[in-house]
Amino acid sequence: MTLLLFLAILDGLAYAAQVFMVAVGLTLIFGVLRILNVAHGSFFAIGGYVAATLGTWAATTALAPALALPALLLAAVLVGGVLGPVIERLILSRIYVKEHVLQLLVTFALFMILEDIQKLTWGVQPIFQDAPVRVLGQVEVGDIIYTAYQLYLLPGVALATLLGLMWFLRRTLTGRVIVAVTEDREAATAMGIDANRVYLLTFTFGTVLAALGGALASPTTSLVPGVGVNMIVLSFAVVATAGLGQIEGAMLTALLIGLGRSVAVYFAPEFEVVIPYLIMVAVLLVRPHGLFGRPELRRV
Amino acid sequence: MDRRLALPAFAGAALVIALAASAPWLKFVFTIALAKGLAVTGILLLLRAGQVSFGHALYIAVGAYTVAFTRPHVGEMLLLLPLAAAAGTIVGLAVGLFVARYRDIFFGMLNLAFSMVFYSLLEKLYEYTKGTDGIRVARPTIAGMALERVDYEWTMLIGGIALALALGWLASRFLASPLGQALPAIKTRETRLEFAGISAKRVLLVAYVISAALAGLGGGIIACTTLHVTPLLSYWTHSGELVFIAILGGGGSVLGPYLGAIVYELVRVYAAAAFPDGWQMILGAVLLLIILFAARGLWGIYEDLVLRKGRRA
Amino acid sequence: MPKLTRRAALQTAVASTVALPTLLPREAIGQQRPSELKIGISTFLSGPASVFGVPGRNAADLLIDQFNRAGGIGGVPIRSIVIDEAPGVDFLLGECRRLVQNEGVDVMLASISSGSCLAVAPLAEQLRMPTILWDCGTQRIFEEASYRYCVRTQANAVPEIVAPLLYVAKVKPDFRTLAVLNQDYAWGRDSWAIWKAAMDAVKPGVRVVAELFPRFGATDFSTEITRLLALRPDVIFSTSWGGELDTFIRQAAERRLFERSTFVLPLAESSLERVGKTLPEGVIVGGRGDHWFLHPTAKDTQILKDFTAAYRQRFNLYPIYPTFHMAQALYGLKAGYEKAMAANGGAWPSREQLMDTMRGLQFAHLTGTMTIREDGQGLEPMLIGMTKHVNEYPFPVIDRMVMFPPELTMNPVGTKGLDWVRLLTPASVQRAPAEIPYRA
Repeated sequence: MTLLLFLAILDGLAYAAQVFMVAVGLTLIFGVLRILNVAHGSFFAIGGYVAATLGTWAATTALAPALALPALLLAAVLVGGVLGPVIERLILSRIYVKEHVLQLLVTFALFMILEDIQKLTWGVQPIFQDAPVRVLGQVEVGDIIYTAYQLYLLPGVALATLLGLMWFLRRTLTGRVIVAVTEDREAATAMGIDANRVYLLTFTFGTVLAALGGALASPTTSLVPGVGVNMIVLSFAVVATAGLGQIEGAMLTALLIGLGRSVAVYFAPEFEVVIPYLIMVAVLLVRPHGLFGRPELRRV
Repeated sequence: MDRRLALPAFAGAALVIALAASAPWLKFVFTIALAKGLAVTGILLLLRAGQVSFGHALYIAVGAYTVAFTRPHVGEMLLLLPLAAAAGTIVGLAVGLFVARYRDIFFGMLNLAFSMVFYSLLEKLYEYTKGTDGIRVARPTIAGMALERVDYEWTMLIGGIALALALGWLASRFLASPLGQALPAIKTRETRLEFAGISAKRVLLVAYVISAALAGLGGGIIACTTLHVTPLLSYWTHSGELVFIAILGGGGSVLGPYLGAIVYELVRVYAAAAFPDGWQMILGAVLLLIILFAARGLWGIYEDLVLRKGRRA
Repeated sequence: MPKLTRRAALQTAVASTVALPTLLPREAIGQQRPSELKIGISTFLSGPASVFGVPGRNAADLLIDQFNRAGGIGGVPIRSIVIDEAPGVDFLLGECRRLVQNEGVDVMLASISSGSCLAVAPLAEQLRMPTILWDCGTQRIFEEASYRYCVRTQANAVPEIVAPLLYVAKVKPDFRTLAVLNQDYAWGRDSWAIWKAAMDAVKPGVRVVAELFPRFGATDFSTEITRLLALRPDVIFSTSWGGELDTFIRQAAERRLFERSTFVLPLAESSLERVGKTLPEGVIVGGRGDHWFLHPTAKDTQILKDFTAAYRQRFNLYPIYPTFHMAQALYGLKAGYEKAMAANGGAWPSREQLMDTMRGLQFAHLTGTMTIREDGQGLEPMLIGMTKHVNEYPFPVIDRMVMFPPELTMNPVGTKGLDWVRLLTPASVQRAPAEIPYRA
């Protein structure tokens, strides 16, 4: 029983790491731009596809094993670095003045377009590239075999992302500017902050994180049409539960969801699917603005 | 009804009937579109208050499954459809009491959460719902008459149009009423509403329950038209579709939802026929263009083209 | 402006009301040979199930080209119109009406999803539209209703699950514990219900140690795999498919779950080429019928060799079971038309004549001949075997093959599959035919 619980916790941590990597970019974007980006799932999927393509190419080169992991990061930077600015400048920047619902729907439209583009580019056959998992090998816990990728690398990257983001947002000037815009957009712009630049930067950064989430998932999962769709809803739940733009909240929520899910798989598999929503409803019942959210000022 | 609405409403109804007469398959497509239009009318009410529900497919599914579950015991459509609307109302009230306290993303996401939990239930309670295989609905009688397929389809379409006209008129009356006028205040400055002694929560709750009832009715019509219901009805992409239609049609008029729904279905059919592998992309592009260049939707375009010109002439 | 539109609308209305009666009577008798035979095909072109839908569509394109080069069906060239069933029943039924009433489609080949087939079959009946159910698996269709205008040119879920059960009971008679991991939707639940009922009859006393139903579209099975590693069941049964099956196989292989349990994967034939030799030897696999490009009795026939070569050349992949299902539908349709025409003195058959001929039809296809029963249900053998690694292919081949005949695995007309499997006995296992080894 104790061992079982311990195993459930290990699984939960690994899953939480994946959930966090998907949701953190969305949280960041929402915090600054106040846009709930439905296309986030598409960035996740495209990041995964590009990582698999790059990884397959890297496997043919002389440096094959050494390139396996860097290829994941490269894919994320490529996808985020290209798609992020292009979409922000060409499309999103035109609708910042419009209603929230229009902003949300624009990303819904992007999601529909990107979904078909993925299909036309990579086809419908499941694609995968598991070199990164094989490079890192296996670990035994008791008599249960885990992959090191799942047990060490995923949680490690998630933790590094969290700490890196906290450092970036608290200690660097750009980061503080982003926080300032998250906290009070009007005051920040009144103080001379170039909101456009902050938006561009944040959206690009958030896109890189989404693509990184996809790239990190690609060695363990198969990329199929619709793989992004499932991610969207899950990361939405994380963002709302965490509170707007709350990075630490996203981590805590991801942990709750990850652990809740794995405990459910062990003890009540029927409930696994609804765990994220139950957690969300429960949290919002107690804290109407999310775990780390604060009520906005009531303005007359 | 306002003359500026009545004319296009009846002209549109005549056009729909004419098109359906010339191409029989359109009867089905238009009936589905009108049913979705009912649900979108509810979305429109919430949009007036600045709130987006990303979960209204829940009520469509509640209505549709109400019909599917009661059909073995109740054979009459004139009973089934009110039951569907009532089920939507009850579930809408229960959920609404909870979600009406929330705004913006929390409102949207909680709706999404409830619809996804319901979707999971429909799949999980396999014994009762047959999961994704869905439930077959035997064709009900209409006012005691057991109609043949063609007559049944015509009755559904004409009935759908009549409902759309009647409920469209009611919706416009509601929006003009003091309660309806309070909705935009939630969007701009909710606090002012409270200072005026009006409970924003109650206003939103009323709009929410109405929207749930409309979606439940729409779901009932969908079930009576397709005669087969599946859990996919409540999936979140279908909720997104409703918001899509609301924006496509335009929020400026109660006719927008029906206009949007019919155009949406037609674009989807023809896009899928022309590009079977890329119809989603075409729908997305249409939505993108509408938002970027005609944010008031198709109704806005119509107003610009016809009404202004008409006034000048 | 509005006036004009209304007048135009009225004119259209009047014109079409006048035109309407000429559209209506399309009677059965005295059919003229059409200038082309239009086939509507509904399949998944988007979403996760497009992993089956697109190969099915590809097979249709390939075979229709081949048929047309050889004169089509009875001298009539074939044209296909493909529609996507992914958006759901309300869209699909509208599309079916459009194809029938607007495009004048002569035959429908309907659907991969069982939900789609259950919805389309009654509509086909009302529209008097000859419909072949080409891939959907649920046994409910012909058990719960009878249709004049629908037939199925393949087996159904009952033999697809009973066959692998008899196989595992034969090759691993001493298994005591079992775990299931199926996708959480109708097929996952249905196939488990059939398996469980049949297993309780064939091998009473087997303990089910875990019933795992991860959500449809799950991308990660680590938690489930940990549990399976800890539970060490003798047998792990999974009817998953597509990307999820690939993921499950790879994650299980990485964590050496295959070393602890015997896997029974009744749909894995469709994943073999993709997962490659990640899938170890000794895994029990099937392909929803006797579908495999190295089919033991058909692999050297010209028809299968040519098809595999042409398919590979055009799509750069080996054919998988949905392509065989599509081929069965098209070969069955062709045979049905030809037989009906022969009986009709060479004249083009009416829809009713076609559908009456389809019942009881025996026809040759890529891997042999099959029969359509009088209730419309197709009867085909089930090919189950064990994976083996050979040098000729970069992916596992199937060894120790058993071809289960329909008499052993399919419930008779008028019975319900789920009730019938309870009547199986431990002796059923002994009636399985002999194993056929893989040969290069």
